[in-house]
Amino acid sequence: MSDTVVRQAPQAPATSSKHRSVASPARARRRVRLSSIGAHALLVLAALWLAGPFVWQVLTSLKSLTEATSVPPTWLPQNPQWGNYGTSLHGGVPLTAMLVNSVLSTVLRTIGQVLFCAMAAYAFARLRFPGRNVLFALYLSVLMVPAQLLLAPQYDLMLHFGLLNTLPALILPGMFGVFGTFLLRQFFAGLPADLEEAARLDGASTGRIFWSIMLPLARPGLVALGLLTIIQSWNDLLWPLVVNTDPAKMTLPVGLAYLQSLFPTNYPVLMAGSLVAVLPLIIVFVGMQRRVLEGIALSGAKG
Amino acid sequence: MSVSSTTAVRRPPRPGRSRPGRRQDAGWALVLLAPATVGLFLFYLWPAAETLYESFTTSGPFGGHTWTGLDNYRQLVHDPELRQAFVNTLWYTLIALLGVPISLVLAVLLAKPGRRFVTTYRVLMFLPAVTMPAAIAIVWKWLFHHDYGLINIGLAKVGIHGPYWLSDPHTALVAVAMVGMWAGIGYGVIIMMAGLQSISPHYYEAAEIDGAGPVRRFFAITVPLMSPTIFFMTVLTVISTLQMFDLIYVMIGSSNPALPQTRTVLYFFYEHTFNQNDRGYGSAIAFSLLAVVVLVTAVQFALQKRWVHYE
Repeated sequence: MSDTVVRQAPQAPATSSKHRSVASPARARRRVRLSSIGAHALLVLAALWLAGPFVWQVLTSLKSLTEATSVPPTWLPQNPQWGNYGTSLHGGVPLTAMLVNSVLSTVLRTIGQVLFCAMAAYAFARLRFPGRNVLFALYLSVLMVPAQLLLAPQYDLMLHFGLLNTLPALILPGMFGVFGTFLLRQFFAGLPADLEEAARLDGASTGRIFWSIMLPLARPGLVALGLLTIIQSWNDLLWPLVVNTDPAKMTLPVGLAYLQSLFPTNYPVLMAGSLVAVLPLIIVFVGMQRRVLEGIALSGAKG
Repeated sequence: MSVSSTTAVRRPPRPGRSRPGRRQDAGWALVLLAPATVGLFLFYLWPAAETLYESFTTSGPFGGHTWTGLDNYRQLVHDPELRQAFVNTLWYTLIALLGVPISLVLAVLLAKPGRRFVTTYRVLMFLPAVTMPAAIAIVWKWLFHHDYGLINIGLAKVGIHGPYWLSDPHTALVAVAMVGMWAGIGYGVIIMMAGLQSISPHYYEAAEIDGAGPVRRFFAITVPLMSPTIFFMTVLTVISTLQMFDLIYVMIGSSNPALPQTRTVLYFFYEHTFNQNDRGYGSAIAFSLLAVVVLVTAVQFALQKRWVHYE
């Protein structure tokens, strides 16, 4: 620390330091510009690699099957086939119903996850009660158990409750999460105790303090957990695949696999269907991209 | 500061009140913890115990099961198909790890002060990370298509006759693994950019004065100071890739001739548990996967002392 301070001292104007190592300012500027062009070239290449497939997906989704399979390929669709979207939505796979299932299960899973995790996390972070450490250790131990280990018995539970092929089956296990409890506990533990103690002196109950003071303070953490849960629930394949085999009760990821089995070679329809499946989340993400990226970074820093 | 000190001053009269307060605390703790804990026992702890029990049983053809001790574990040690699945899974993991340095380089390029269009780049790079693997699989299947896929059309332009990427046992694993790595880059870039924020710019300024070029600065400053974040990303990538399923299910599928050379342990578990209804053996497979995840993670944590520097 002191080392950097000493070094920094003689070069007060920030720009002069850049020129010191190089002979002339003009050459230095040229070098900076060249390296900036190189960096942008790499970044554009990476962006093309990472986002390009989606452009091709959109273009293919608007082509006729004949056009999509013509060699050499056309870039822009000659005669946009919006009907591909109709076929993907109504051509044997109830994609509209699946969209509704995906939205409902994602929303309810997220509400449950954020609420239950926040409640438990607050208790662990701020309340004193017998058995707290033992219970928290139990929570932590579950953190290490991979989801697939639980898959078959969780399926049995749904069978036992008569919930297979229902909306609750999609929601139930996903409403509870240990990672979220852990993440939010760290968050609550980092909040200042002053407000809480002041409210307690004013006679507010613990429940009131949790609901009206701590939850609003923890909002960044809640938003981060909420967005992570939305992404996870929306994209989850394995659990919905196992519990809901009736197409009308499936979610979109399972629906896409089903769509693929019905139209194995009709790539324009498959591209249209998969675009329908990913677009809602992409809209949420682009609309809230700052929040999403902050949430990811936050969970990474705490996790 | 001043508020907390006044409460500290006010504390002395509290002992008399703290008893009912604490009992009240326990009551509220019960209320607040009840839903999460019921969920924890019902959907996590009980199923985990049941899977453990079932791994010592063999399922009958018409339901029911009998205790067979360690038979399932003996079977999995000698199962060549499972061994192949483990080898495949480790290959996926190794290839996915290539994404870690790529994310770091991209994050460094984006984090440079004054870089323009950062938001646009970040959004574009993060798109794969919000896209469901099932859709990613379908899009890449189309790109890998033997006759009409963009990849083989591009290869044909330079005179190479592209393979049947996803049904040729020699190429299928690498093709799927590249997609898995591709899907993780955006997430890595975000984590790495967050980590880069904690490096003081003074280090770079000092190095620049000393005449260190960008490559030298990257290896002498960025990599060692980022080693905790790099380690975190490595552990995360390994754990998530060891549990890969979706891409195999949609890109390869049950009738693909390259399935034995591409399926992961989790896919193998799924086949046994839900398609062949061999629950006992499936449970044993799940536990063997858990053992490998724990082992690999423990090794990583043991090795981190050699290369991860915490400030």
